[in-house]
Amino acid sequence: MTLFEKIWNAHVVKSIDKNRDVVYIDKHLIHEVTSPQAFDGLRSRGIGIFRKDRILATADHNVPTINQHLPIQEPLSRLQVEKLHENCKQFDVELYGLGHQYQGIVHVIGPELGITLPGMTIVCGDSHTSTHGAFGNIAFGIGTSQVEQVMATQCLILEKSKTMRINVEGTLGKGVGAKDIILFIISRLSAAGGTGYFVEYAGSAIRSLSMEARMTICNMSIEMGARGGMIAPDETTFEYIKGRKFAPSGEKWEAAVDYWKTLYSDNDAVFDAEFTYDAQDITPMVTYGTNPGMGMGISEHIPSENTTESTLKSLNYMGLHVGETLAGKRIQNVFIGSCTNSRIEDLRQVADYVKGKQKAPHVKVYIVPGSKQVEIQAKKEGLDKIFEAAGFELREPGCSACLGMNEDKIPSGEYCVSTSNRNFEGRQGQGARTILTGPLMAAAAAIEGKIVDIREYLN
Amino acid sequence: MEKLNKIVSTAVPIPIEDIDTDQIIPARFLKAVSKDGFGKNLFRDWRYHQDERPVKDFILNNDTYQGQILVAGKNFGCGSSREHAAWALADYGFKVVISSFFADIFRGNALNNGILPLQVSQDVLDQIFSLIESDHQTLLEVNVAEQTLTAGNLKVSFEIDPYKKVCLINGYDDIDFLLSIKDDIETYEKSRVFTL
Ligand code: SF4
Repeated sequence: MTLFEKIWNAHVVKSIDKNRDVVYIDKHLIHEVTSPQAFDGLRSRGIGIFRKDRILATADHNVPTINQHLPIQEPLSRLQVEKLHENCKQFDVELYGLGHQYQGIVHVIGPELGITLPGMTIVCGDSHTSTHGAFGNIAFGIGTSQVEQVMATQCLILEKSKTMRINVEGTLGKGVGAKDIILFIISRLSAAGGTGYFVEYAGSAIRSLSMEARMTICNMSIEMGARGGMIAPDETTFEYIKGRKFAPSGEKWEAAVDYWKTLYSDNDAVFDAEFTYDAQDITPMVTYGTNPGMGMGISEHIPSENTTESTLKSLNYMGLHVGETLAGKRIQNVFIGSCTNSRIEDLRQVADYVKGKQKAPHVKVYIVPGSKQVEIQAKKEGLDKIFEAAGFELREPGCSACLGMNEDKIPSGEYCVSTSNRNFEGRQGQGARTILTGPLMAAAAAIEGKIVDIREYLN
Repeated sequence: MEKLNKIVSTAVPIPIEDIDTDQIIPARFLKAVSKDGFGKNLFRDWRYHQDERPVKDFILNNDTYQGQILVAGKNFGCGSSREHAAWALADYGFKVVISSFFADIFRGNALNNGILPLQVSQDVLDQIFSLIESDHQTLLEVNVAEQTLTAGNLKVSFEIDPYKKVCLINGYDDIDFLLSIKDDIETYEKSRVFTL
């Protein structure tokens, strides 16, 4: 059996037909944007939350990332966040709201608090729920109707996904990280290449990654259309979870680890699709278009083959053309944050690089921690001082400029080198032009004021 | 949920691939706390300039093309899980979206809101685009019970999950079913070998 099948089978309450099961959900995470209509649904049916200990709320998408101690200025955003507070109060749901020491981007706080564990089923009304799969569980994004279903019954009616395994073997080159691996994979498989699949990432290059780097990979599974991504748990996983706030302890810990050790794809497991890549082929990546599949190595040129009407429309939006290289391109904004790259390791990596350097004067830099805990830790380590000295500003936690919903938006027509996960038209603000990279490439772009090949800047 | 069985309508073609949910309904419109009124912001940034003037050559601003059926390029609905995309399409009046490929989450969201994501081959999709291009009055007929799509001389059948088909035709949603099996869910919880 595959890892996916083992976890799925353990959660089937009832089969409806050949490919459709009622699946039990262990953890349900909610936030302010996709939950209000679900709460309304419960109210109009006159029912409550079925299992209160399995649901947790936070505010992240629609919050400002400065002055979080003050009331939210934008009236609609304030209303939505207030609504979450009211709903959580009325339905008795645990909420980590603004200012709470555990508040943060929903996919950052689950893992860091030890809520996200191997073998679970985890859902959230947000497509990047795939992030949690790094711990070896089935985690995926759902729509608001399904949010209501899980609130009401702790179950979903689901069609079993097909399974895909992607192996990355070998050692990563200098300046190449998890973000480059996943951008590389998506550029090979396309933005739709994983649709209908649950992806397991395997191979020596994946095994060698830290938990935070594994989360970056699983996070972007949805960008190739996959339902979710997962990595079999191992010592690295157990080590990361141990001692976290809500992680099991004592006897429960021993029992949990014993169970978690059974969670891997058997040698004879059959996948519906399988791909293998050589880590040596991966170089620092950049995207040039308006979907994450439109990516290339930093020394490559925008491909001229297969240019469709859609590709040209996208290049036109980006102000780029076929055959162009992105190295040397002047940029105006850098965003380091989002559930893809806003954890403490990302901030450490950036701080380490920018220490003693100055940002280019024309560049605006946003550094947004993924959670209050990341912010506290960064300050404890003095990273905020390093950022300040470089001319960067460490903001307060939230989704920020990952999506043009809160106050942090990229002005129309400007380029933004972003560590987030989506370069869709208007994603970072109307007319904003997003170039996705890993945190090191983004840090270097902030310092140089243009896109550079990080490998030339590392000793 | 509204019932959906048979629809005969002209169609609105948008032959663009990888239309993501940020295009269908941009993030800044997700601040609402109810499901209503999203239709006016459907495809907002393709439909209006930043100063609110309509974009003349965008199809939704062209009265020649109207109807309850949207025909779009492959990989429609990719990106975010926001159900607001389905609400916007439904509120605008679309009941069927035809494409050669749908993103997973969107497909589920559409079905949960009484919209049929009707998948056809790339070849059939191209034929439908050219039929509409040559005559914008072309009537498309979608029959859910029979699982057929008819347009001019073209008649094809389409796949739909048997369970979802029953839901669509009768206007049921998943939650009604789940609420009816609460006993099974409690039995499962008790029988679970390993739970945290
Ligand atoms: S950081 Fe971006 S991708 Fe992640 S949950 Fe927030 S809006 Fe979604």
